Amino acid sequence: MSAAASTDVPAPVKSAHSAGRFLFWACVFLICAWVLVPIYLLMVNALSSPEQVSGFPKSGLPGFDFSSLQFFASFSGVGRALWNSVLVAVLTMVLSIGIGAPAGYALSRFEFPGKEVFRMLVVMTRAFPLPLLALPLAVMFIRTGLDDTALGLALVHTVLAIPFAVLITFSLFSAIPLEMEEAAWTLGCNRWQGFRKVVLPLVLPGIAASAVFAFTISWNEVFAAAVLTIENRTLPAFLIQNLNVSPLHLKFAGGAALVVPALVFIFAVRKYLFAMWGIANR
Amino acid sequence: MQAKVLPYLLLLPATVFLLVFFVYPFVEIAILAVTRDGGLSLQPLAIMASHWKFATALGWTLLLAAVVVPIQLAMALSMATIVTKLKTGRNTILYIFSIPLGLSDLAAGIVWLAIFEQSGFLNSMLFGLGVVEQPILFLGYQNIWVIFLAVVLAEIWRATAIMMVILVSGMGLVPKEYYEAGEVFGANGWQRFVKITLPMLRPSLQSALILRTLAAFEVFAVVTALGGTTLPVLMGETYNWQFALQDRNVASAYALVILAISIAATLFFLRVLRVPKGATI
Amino acid sequence: MAEIVIRNVAKRFGSFTALHSIDLTITDQEFMVLLGASGCGKTTLLRIIAGLETPSEGEVWIGGRRVDHLPPRERGIAMVFQNYAVFPHLTVFENIAFGLRMKKLPQAEIDKRVNRTAELMHIEQLLKRYSGQLSGGQRQRVAVARALAMEPDVILMDEPLSNLDALLRLEMRAELKGVLADSKTTTIYVTHDQVEAMSLADRISVMNGGKIVQAASPVEVYRNPAARFVGSFIGNPPMNFLPARRGADGQWQVAGLSLSGPATRDTLDFAIRPEDVEIASEGFRATARVIEPLGAHTLVTTEVDGKLFRAVLDSDLKVAPGDELRLAPKSDRIRWFDPETTLAV
Repeated sequence: MSAAASTDVPAPVKSAHSAGRFLFWACVFLICAWVLVPIYLLMVNALSSPEQVSGFPKSGLPGFDFSSLQFFASFSGVGRALWNSVLVAVLTMVLSIGIGAPAGYALSRFEFPGKEVFRMLVVMTRAFPLPLLALPLAVMFIRTGLDDTALGLALVHTVLAIPFAVLITFSLFSAIPLEMEEAAWTLGCNRWQGFRKVVLPLVLPGIAASAVFAFTISWNEVFAAAVLTIENRTLPAFLIQNLNVSPLHLKFAGGAALVVPALVFIFAVRKYLFAMWGIANR
Repeated sequence: MQAKVLPYLLLLPATVFLLVFFVYPFVEIAILAVTRDGGLSLQPLAIMASHWKFATALGWTLLLAAVVVPIQLAMALSMATIVTKLKTGRNTILYIFSIPLGLSDLAAGIVWLAIFEQSGFLNSMLFGLGVVEQPILFLGYQNIWVIFLAVVLAEIWRATAIMMVILVSGMGLVPKEYYEAGEVFGANGWQRFVKITLPMLRPSLQSALILRTLAAFEVFAVVTALGGTTLPVLMGETYNWQFALQDRNVASAYALVILAISIAATLFFLRVLRVPKGATI
Repeated sequence: MAEIVIRNVAKRFGSFTALHSIDLTITDQEFMVLLGASGCGKTTLLRIIAGLETPSEGEVWIGGRRVDHLPPRERGIAMVFQNYAVFPHLTVFENIAFGLRMKKLPQAEIDKRVNRTAELMHIEQLLKRYSGQLSGGQRQRVAVARALAMEPDVILMDEPLSNLDALLRLEMRAELKGVLADSKTTTIYVTHDQVEAMSLADRISVMNGGKIVQAASPVEVYRNPAARFVGSFIGNPPMNFLPARRGADGQWQVAGLSLSGPATRDTLDFAIRPEDVEIASEGFRATARVIEPLGAHTLVTTEVDGKLFRAVLDSDLKVAPGDELRLAPKSDRIRWFDPETTLAV
């Protein structure tokens, strides 16, 4: 702003233009800082010793001391929680793609009565606070023996991930012209062969991206995980359960353990984020 | 031939799944909220409504949504506009902007805890600048508005990205010619934004606002991470009744309230931002 | 030997009827073009023959075998698609070999056929490339090679040249004609481009509103349109039509001109192609409106008796808008249509 003000004399268009550009890039820089600095500060804490974490004042530089992380890793229940998180997320990924992708394919390839009803059902899930599902399902799971299991939680997380899986795979399949499949049929393929030899290789990267997306949804979910698990806690459930009793360095190390994989996931699917949301809008 | 049956076969797993794990549980919530020991009863709702924390939890939840969502909308629109104007480094900046998208609310809470806690970075900075003599306890029960502010910041920090991504992809669907036409007919940058971009963006605005408002009603982990139970919110109370107080019916009553305000918000945005038939791109 | 017989084939999409009871026989090794405007049902008919669409009723026979209940892969056909449908994840070689691999042919045979068809289509230097590295014309060649490599009884082509630019289209048209004649397959070719149809076809089926209006040789379709639609659809500029009334003497009165014609009913539509009129002392009284010199000849749009009337005239002719001309139709080129049924009389 000050730079723009100091050049606030009757200036040729060119300098007004470059002032605008300066302002623009200042905004870009500020927003990047707004996003990145808090993550950096969390990492500073995670990479400092417990004494440094509770010390005051802080310098804002990491101590490059791994004792906090070591403490976290060896803290009773953390290893198990991490393992549970991965297990639930993988199950969610498999279930949501396994159930969602066929539906996405059907929506993209066929016109049939009832199609709109199904679409409504999928879109409707967005108007509902889905983690609340955990409440009634807790009872259902106790009856069926699914309570406190990875599969039970994965089923709830799959409800969260399925609308995305359906809409994303719908857009992926829609991007493959039907002509491609028809060409395969005229060249000797049956429906399944045509799908496997032509459609599948073309959508596989996108399917992988939406699988990662489903993984991330499950990895991050707190409420249902906290409600539905007691012994087999996932990492977020474990952390929120122990928030008021755990020391600061444990919280920050745990936070870092949540954040770092998420950063990797988003990096892995960055190319697909917009395609996903562009179509998922409708 | 099979082409008649195939789509239904493909939809069957998803339909069954959603019926069992989505439709049925919500019916169950509604039933649980208005029954007690198997009989029809308004007692769970009455307990909830008469509990001193209900009104404050509802109030804080609504206030939080009312403060967070408009700010996020403004920020997301600015970020999306910036991104669409970028030529160099677009992909890198877009990735940085969308990073928080992958973070959980719990992680966001912990991130901002690192800043706001007593020995945290905000106090360190204030101390370093000589503003304070000794660290302040920001997140104590005396400072409920500071907790609120911290939650607002954490929510804006975490969840603006998803809105931005929706808006960027929405803007990508608006053909350039409309802007060029606007320019030819003499609209300046701001007028083009208000008269062309915003109306064209209605479907994206709609889904972004619905998504974000509903998520704001579900706020839970951020609040717990930053304020424990000092700042009551509906989702936190639901969790409390389910676990600490072991009363599923009252928990369901809370769930029903969250459900009700969510549906109300959805209908509101569907109505306000509806696109007239035939006015789509 | 693959004669194609289409018997009473109809196709309905909900309440919309795309095809009304089509009957058509395409003889072995014939080049049949389905010609019509978009939405006339020509692509639907082709897709029914391919097995990509199921007819609502009727039978399809290929080479003496009823195939309408068979999936595409069992019909002995190959197809070239409008957007080529060259698989992006496979090389050109693998694209051409795709169908042969599905047939489980030995590798030596696959190599032989791929190389032969690639050579035929002049793409032998592209075999290792992917679709993304090819131009539109090259993709088109791959698509045709892929179909030819199957050595099918029937090749079906759905507007295969419509996405090429004009010059390339001309070149490919000539090449296709040669290649397909040599391959001795029966070909069904869908297009909306009448020039393409005229130049390629042994026979043209002109379609309109889900019906085949006329199926005949290109010259026949041009010279003797079976219906008013054919005359107005084929030919650029299209046929001229004028209302005719039979006088007491049995002669037909057309815009002040007295002509002899069939004595079927009291009113008919007189029709003449724009190139079949000439300047004469006796003829239609025509007022020139628009003059378009086209080099080889001049297209003059005139008004005859309040109706639009086009004439293709010698380019030496000096004429200006507003001039009065006398246009005489060549009597052996005059055609008559029934105004109610629109059919030729």
